[in-house]
Amino acid sequence: MTAIPLWVRRPAGERVGWLRTVDHKEIGVLYIGMGVAFFAFGGLEALLIRAQLATPEARLLDPETFNQAFTVHGVTMILLAIVPLLVGFANYLVPLMIGARDVAFPRLNALSFWLSLIGGVVLYFSFLAGGAPDTGWFSYAPLSERAFAPGTGVDYYILGLAVNGAGTIIGAINIAVTILLMRCPGMAISRVPLFVWMTLITSVLILGAYPALTAALVMLFVDRQLGGHFFDPAGGGQAVLWQHLFWFFGHPEVYIMVLPAMGMISEVIPVFSRKPIFGYAFVAGSSVAIAFLSFSVWAHHMFAVGLGDTENAIFSATSMLIAIPTGVKIFNWIATMVGGRLRLTTAMLFAVGFIAMFVIGGLSGVSLAVVPIDLAVTDSYYVVAHLHYVLFGGTMLGIFAGAYYWFPKMSGRLLSEVLGRWHFWTTFVGFNLTFLPQHWLGAVGMPRRVFTYAASTGWGPLNLISTIGAAILAIAMVIFFVNVLRSLRSGEVAGDDPWDAFTLEWSTTSPPPPENFATIPAVTGRRPLWDRKHPESRDGR
Amino acid sequence: MSETAFIPAERKPPALGVSLGRSPKISQDRNLLGVAIFIASESVFFLAVVLAYVAYRDPGLATAKATLDVGRTAIFSIALFASSGTMAFAVRAESGRWLAATIVLGAIFLAGQGSEYARLLGEGIGPGSALFGTAFFTLTGLHGLHVLVGLVALVALVTANLRRPGAVRAVAWEGVSMYWHFVDAVWVVVFSVIYLGTLL
Repeated sequence: MTAIPLWVRRPAGERVGWLRTVDHKEIGVLYIGMGVAFFAFGGLEALLIRAQLATPEARLLDPETFNQAFTVHGVTMILLAIVPLLVGFANYLVPLMIGARDVAFPRLNALSFWLSLIGGVVLYFSFLAGGAPDTGWFSYAPLSERAFAPGTGVDYYILGLAVNGAGTIIGAINIAVTILLMRCPGMAISRVPLFVWMTLITSVLILGAYPALTAALVMLFVDRQLGGHFFDPAGGGQAVLWQHLFWFFGHPEVYIMVLPAMGMISEVIPVFSRKPIFGYAFVAGSSVAIAFLSFSVWAHHMFAVGLGDTENAIFSATSMLIAIPTGVKIFNWIATMVGGRLRLTTAMLFAVGFIAMFVIGGLSGVSLAVVPIDLAVTDSYYVVAHLHYVLFGGTMLGIFAGAYYWFPKMSGRLLSEVLGRWHFWTTFVGFNLTFLPQHWLGAVGMPRRVFTYAASTGWGPLNLISTIGAAILAIAMVIFFVNVLRSLRSGEVAGDDPWDAFTLEWSTTSPPPPENFATIPAVTGRRPLWDRKHPESRDGR
Repeated sequence: MSETAFIPAERKPPALGVSLGRSPKISQDRNLLGVAIFIASESVFFLAVVLAYVAYRDPGLATAKATLDVGRTAIFSIALFASSGTMAFAVRAESGRWLAATIVLGAIFLAGQGSEYARLLGEGIGPGSALFGTAFFTLTGLHGLHVLVGLVALVALVTANLRRPGAVRAVAWEGVSMYWHFVDAVWVVVFSVIYLGTLL
């Protein structure tokens, strides 16, 4: 078998290489590569945390190192792994899905990637420069003020997140303009694939949320470097202002991480159910509702601050409201599968896994929106369990579904379904072993972010189970990487359209040529490739 | 079967970023739409800082009343507000002279801000002195940085126009102008909140 070039480049004379590329597919791959690398770093930090907590009164890590490990784990997974992975898929897929040759601003696209990466490198440089930030990923003031965090860790946190955020904001502008102005003839906004819809809404969320984080970071910088008093109670400032600004960013950030994954499974589930998505307009519209609501729920992270009963009640109500549009989507996906001819490929397994795990995370989220419950379990492992059911059980399973689904398009090779099944089931078992017991640990009072606990608490057995689960999860990730590497070397050739799919990215070669399409397609419905393959039963509209 | 036959009549061909007309529209031109979205996200950024200033207004109000020279800053503000007018003339006529006038007015504003900073720092009021200084220097400083960036963009536009008169695309004029008007509009808010706020 002749070797297939990975990620087709321009002809030899025009080849510019990875450092100077402005091709949306290559930049997408760079983003995904960045996400994978930081996912590995964040995973190693997670394993350190779990190893330290496996038994009571362990001394594997000292408290200072433990604080750095959970801080950098959180920042890494959220801002340097999940967001780049999702942005990478969006970069690669959005122009293909809407029938465009590239994004609106190809050079700006390269700038956003390199800013995002440099932000991550700056954060990690702190390890060499005298210690990583150790104030938690949300870096609450006044703990993050110079008086209580005298090292340089928080300064690297400020600089790294600001630069990374600038890259993310620029990328969101680019993607939004691309979706709004670069669609091929016939691709009305009511016809774009749902992944594109979710990406557009995510871009809006980024543009509304990230600047608030940047502003907060600037203020923290003024406090730390210029002796300011924004978050310094001793100087008249209010520490709670940081929390307001941070969570005004932080809660939309959750949907920035979840909506694109929902978009991914909204592509995967219809194709493997052999049906159009059930209630396209409801999936898209409910996401718009989520986006609006997500800017009005931030203080549910602050119930324990003491804002007052009225404020808490309002934010409790808006937080519960978000469950409605989210539930709408769950029903859409299930209704898509009902009566379909299901093909339980690995991608589909991960998509179904997403639904199951995300429902658990969503329900524990609603329980946390109830103020008295939140007051009882806030800052406990119950919250840790909840957020991991949303971000791992939800987002990461969605990303894996997308990875199995689109890897053949990006590489020209199929991933092994056998290894894929091993990957899915070890992930599923490992994930639930790790995080399900943490609900109980939180409910009985184990606080998050403590480096150890006394044997007399009785928390040892559940923590050990959790750590064993984390080890299984690590094995699952190794299986995935073996699968990817084997497939890149000698995987089955995929062809243009291995899944008999619906959308435009499958109408071009795998991997797609530079500029994507020989001629710009024109579409007449939501499933353009299906229409072309089955003219006798083309979609209405 | 030809699929192109199904293109709905109302669907315009995709914008290619090349504006042939004299006045490109935000809804059709990718560059202008990009600038507009960027400005929207910048607005969130300034909103956060303005809210922080408002939250800390009361403890700093006495200092603000005692030290800020509203009349003097109002004069420099008029220079900045007027620069929006000269910018509009510059875009309409694609005129380098009006552009130069805009740059001069923007520079006058920055000079005014610089002299005010020098005076305040001389009186011992800085970003680290008290809550008022922290909030004042952060908000006005961030705005000043945006004016500076706008001046750089204006100088770039003027230079490009000098080098190849009449060849600079309409979107470049339009895009720089949108950003400049935004910077001006932010100052309307900042001036009202900080300076006019001391008169209340």
